[in-house]
Amino acid sequence: MSLSNWPLKKANSKAYNIKSTKQITIPDGLWVKCFDCGLLMYSKVLKRNLKVCPQCSYHFQASSNERIDQLIDQGSWEPMDAHLISTDPLGFKDQKLYSQRLKDTAVKTGLQDAVQTGVGRMDGQKVYLGIMDFRFMGGSMGSVVGEKLTRLVEKATQERLPAIIICASGGARMQEGMLSLMQMAKISSALEMHKKENLLYISVLTSPTTGGVTASFAMLGDLIIAEPKALIAFAGRRVIEQTIKEDLPDNFQSSEYLFEHGFLDLIVPRTQLRSKLIQILYLHTNND
Amino acid sequence: MITSNRKLTVPDFMRPVAELESQVTELKRLAPKNDKVIENKINRFQDQLTKLQKKIFSSLTPLQRLNLVRQSERPTTLDYIPNILDEWIELHGDRGGADDPALVGGIGKIDGHSIVFIGHQRGRGTKENVARNFGMPAPGGYRKALRLMKHANRFGMPILTFIDTPGAWAGLKAEELGQGEAIAVNLREMFSFEVPIICTIIGEGGSGGALGIGIGDSIIMLEYAVYTVATPEACAAILWKNSKESLAAAEALKITSHDLKVMGIVDEILTEPIGGAQADHQSASKYLREELIKQLNILLRLNKSQLKTQRYEKFRKMGAFYEI
Repeated sequence: MSLSNWPLKKANSKAYNIKSTKQITIPDGLWVKCFDCGLLMYSKVLKRNLKVCPQCSYHFQASSNERIDQLIDQGSWEPMDAHLISTDPLGFKDQKLYSQRLKDTAVKTGLQDAVQTGVGRMDGQKVYLGIMDFRFMGGSMGSVVGEKLTRLVEKATQERLPAIIICASGGARMQEGMLSLMQMAKISSALEMHKKENLLYISVLTSPTTGGVTASFAMLGDLIIAEPKALIAFAGRRVIEQTIKEDLPDNFQSSEYLFEHGFLDLIVPRTQLRSKLIQILYLHTNND
Repeated sequence: MITSNRKLTVPDFMRPVAELESQVTELKRLAPKNDKVIENKINRFQDQLTKLQKKIFSSLTPLQRLNLVRQSERPTTLDYIPNILDEWIELHGDRGGADDPALVGGIGKIDGHSIVFIGHQRGRGTKENVARNFGMPAPGGYRKALRLMKHANRFGMPILTFIDTPGAWAGLKAEELGQGEAIAVNLREMFSFEVPIICTIIGEGGSGGALGIGIGDSIIMLEYAVYTVATPEACAAILWKNSKESLAAAEALKITSHDLKVMGIVDEILTEPIGGAQADHQSASKYLREELIKQLNILLRLNKSQLKTQRYEKFRKMGAFYEI
């Protein structure tokens, strides 16, 4: 081989190499970049840290399944009402049929609707827990979410046990019209019964908690806890900007903003949520 | 009351009626007096006009209904109150630093019963609407309502609420003062009261802002009133990504009194005078007064625990789902 052939050979081998890397399939989501600080990390590292960025403690969205694993004693979780499924009571169609949207979302997420409920133990203490899942149509509250949470709170009242609801929702599910608005009333009525029996209800607000959920069970906790920097609002920021036509404070509608105005008891990072909840539950056990 | 110096705004669908109406009046003026034949003909025109009006009103689309109840001539809470109550006093303040003008309340008598009334208050005309914030209460409004309802509960007075709002106020101050919390607490506390609660949707029932005083034993809805989970404009903007689709959204959301009766969300539909409540305040008030007295007498027969259980069951049933 003459020296002049060398660059040619080099070029060919390069082309060959590129071709071969194309054939290598890299699984999606192996590496995750933090939305806030841009840190590139191995997804398992992120998951091990409860989906909180180890560098800047940005809280990634956590699914309901991940939250059950994070909060409940291993093996103690018993799901409730897992077979409630949304119907399409209005025959609603926007750009897509609501019934089709439900089916597609169920396939995509493996969930039946936007909340999982059940009973489990936290450091041995039995507790009724509801966890909303933002992946299912933005965590929107329709009849199924309303019914499952109402049953959860009713069961907790019946068994005289505390209830915890982890909120993550865009608000009422418009595709079910007024029926979804009435779920706000339904869950609140169950919470009124629970309260009357002097039982503890804790709401945990995660990003985002807005609209009809904020205006009902999210804000009805005897104690209200939020994750850091979560978006918590009644009306959308854009709506407000349009109506008042002026700039809003930077931390507007964040956990820290609500905390400053007296609407939250605590802001707790996800990595400490389980231990903090356990401590609160323990502090509410009677001395008798 | 309709102020005489302002012209009535006519929605599009009412234009043919308005035109014919003015023509009939004109004919009446031109017609020679005491001419039986012409008089008969004019009367026949008048009948046809009424028929046409009835026909138009019976086939109003949801969006037309929304526009109808947003008309400034439509009676507001404080237009109804003097006509349906025998006597009344408006009370003020949430005892937390505010007295919200968009949500009014007080005590009064109806048919011999002492009651507490609460209602959204829209304004008429720009100036009044600015003062009343277009009937969109701030958190202080809901807290004033709660204070008055607790008062009612202590003194055993039934509560009458009147719903007429595009929604709770969405603003910087409202968020800062906890709009969500104020509404949420009302929802829960309204289930704890041991007095009858009757809610009437007199115009626009806008989402959480309406529901914040909308938990009752009996829910009455005026014939042309609407009750929405989100305004059709907002819904179109979010789901269709185009606010011009509000006609489709209004249809899809099922916001009319008949749709909501079928769904079990309202109990009674109250007939309005021809042309809507705005055409005849006196008759509209009379119908409402009669219905409120009727419902009150039914509810006053129940004891405290029956009332609360029934209210719980009523809302408990709402929702549609499969269980497999």
